[in-house]
Amino acid sequence: MRHARSVCESVSMCPTVTNGPHPEQGGSVGLVSTQYVELFDRANPLVLESGATLAPVEVAYETYGQLNADRSNTVFICHALTGDAHAAGHHGDPARPGWWDNFIGPGKPVDTDRFFVVCANLLGGCMGTTGPSSVDPATGEPYGLRFPLFTVGDLVSVHRALVRHLGIARLRAAIGGSLGGMQVLHWAMEYPDDLALAVIVCATSRLSAQNIAFSAVAREAIMRDPNFHGGDYQRIGARPDAGLAVARMMAHITYLSEEGMRNKFGRRLQNGTTPRFGFDVDFQVESYLHHQGEVFLRRFDANSYLYLTRAMDYFDPFGDLLHAGPHLERLETFFLVVSFDSDWRFDTSHSREIVHVLAAHRVPVSFREIASPHGHDSFLLVVPDYHRTVASFLHRPDDGPGRQTGGER
Amino acid sequence: MRLDLAIVADMVPRGSRVLDLGCGDGALLEELIRNRGCEGQGVELSTEAFHACVAKGIPVVAEDIDEGLPDFADGSFDVVVLSQTLQATHRPALVLREMMRVADIGIVSFVNYGHLGLRLQLLLRGRMPVSALVAERWFETANIHPCSILDFESLVRAEGLIASERVVLGSDGGPAGGWAVRLPNAFGAAVAYLLHRTPGRVHR
Repeated sequence: MRHARSVCESVSMCPTVTNGPHPEQGGSVGLVSTQYVELFDRANPLVLESGATLAPVEVAYETYGQLNADRSNTVFICHALTGDAHAAGHHGDPARPGWWDNFIGPGKPVDTDRFFVVCANLLGGCMGTTGPSSVDPATGEPYGLRFPLFTVGDLVSVHRALVRHLGIARLRAAIGGSLGGMQVLHWAMEYPDDLALAVIVCATSRLSAQNIAFSAVAREAIMRDPNFHGGDYQRIGARPDAGLAVARMMAHITYLSEEGMRNKFGRRLQNGTTPRFGFDVDFQVESYLHHQGEVFLRRFDANSYLYLTRAMDYFDPFGDLLHAGPHLERLETFFLVVSFDSDWRFDTSHSREIVHVLAAHRVPVSFREIASPHGHDSFLLVVPDYHRTVASFLHRPDDGPGRQTGGER
Repeated sequence: MRLDLAIVADMVPRGSRVLDLGCGDGALLEELIRNRGCEGQGVELSTEAFHACVAKGIPVVAEDIDEGLPDFADGSFDVVVLSQTLQATHRPALVLREMMRVADIGIVSFVNYGHLGLRLQLLLRGRMPVSALVAERWFETANIHPCSILDFESLVRAEGLIASERVVLGSDGGPAGGWAVRLPNAFGAAVAYLLHRTPGRVHR
């Protein structure tokens, strides 16, 4: 999810949008490094929802802040589709901070003076955690499409294993935007004892037909690239770059709002004011999308894109409320659900659906649609009302009004 | 807590699951949750009040109750409270209907515009009334649908609801006595009702 930073790399018209450290809004966690741990082994493999097993699973993660004495102050950050473990601080160049550096740090909404923050690369990703580009120990070759299909639930299973590895029994909060919010929703529903607070930002309980359609076209672009070779491009030394770049360009359109694109690019031309009347890049918006596609190729794996988007497609935790209902009834987690009014990838109706189902099952939930012109990307940007809402929610008093499980009813 | 909120709090059965519409900074819900064994959920559109609730740890959704209560399923609460908010809604009848859809008990309180003091201001001064409970002038107030006790009771009947309890309030927000009890529409400064659905009537 570095695209927020790239917004400003390629276009110098982001007066209110910044992703770097904000002296006035808290500091940076400073120099950090990604750590790696091997979880699961042959004797105790990761059992996926499909029944398939994986072992070992390497997980890349970072931590910020200090774990307190009673190990009760952990906030887990679930990243979105193309994010990584490097959420905050920097790896040596303060000008290139982690993808959620405006959100995590001393005095920031996820305050590292108070919380111990953990962020891990997702299972199936390509930023250090085992995924389709990893070497299959059984064959000595990259998994490719022989990597087992996994679900959002499986992503959470790996997060939980990491949390156990760190010696933490219960989280103060799990937070995520988009696919990250979907992980938080699953986590809270399936493991009600794990989380005190759940923060779900511009996410969904199920993709709409339109959402799935966009995912499907992105995957088609990758799989129809002549260099895809049935997913075995690594072995052959090829890369389906054209397909992956197109997938990214199209997805990126869904991350911005119509208004945002109009303000940022309008119909302005890349060079001068006279159209060149050809098929080369001419409009600024074209140049921007090309840039996004190119940057993405340097850091993302096409097979990971297929697997993670597919996990999103199948996610539907409310699909079977006969199954989910009893889970919800006994939830003691407090939820904060946030949407953005210009987000059309997962518009506010997706968040309202989550609120509706939670409230119908007597789950305490706070919800707010935040005004922001930046579309789905808003969750990565400094939108003051949004940051304030999350900060207040995380700083709620420990003895705040709780859900009455006994009561005098 | 404001006196009138204390009276509303007393009308809520202990241990209820309560939805407070226009919950403000969450003072009523905090009292109900902390001291009266209730579960609480607020609805509040104002940004500052929303943040005040979140900071207190009170669940609150920022929704416009004039759009109905689509976040909440039928019968998902025991009690819905609408305290000093009815007169500020665009569609009071719709709000009342939605309240009685999501809960069996509704509690509504409002300033009584039938009060003689207010009537006299309009009659003698020829100006829209201002009082301790109606502090804002006509161009400042959010109260676009003020009503009297008689007006509200007509609406309750028309909606097929039963008012099982009525508490008349004085200008300090506390329980009124004397003339206000005998002639509430003329002497009651404000009022709070406990409402039920009429048994057997179909609501949608």
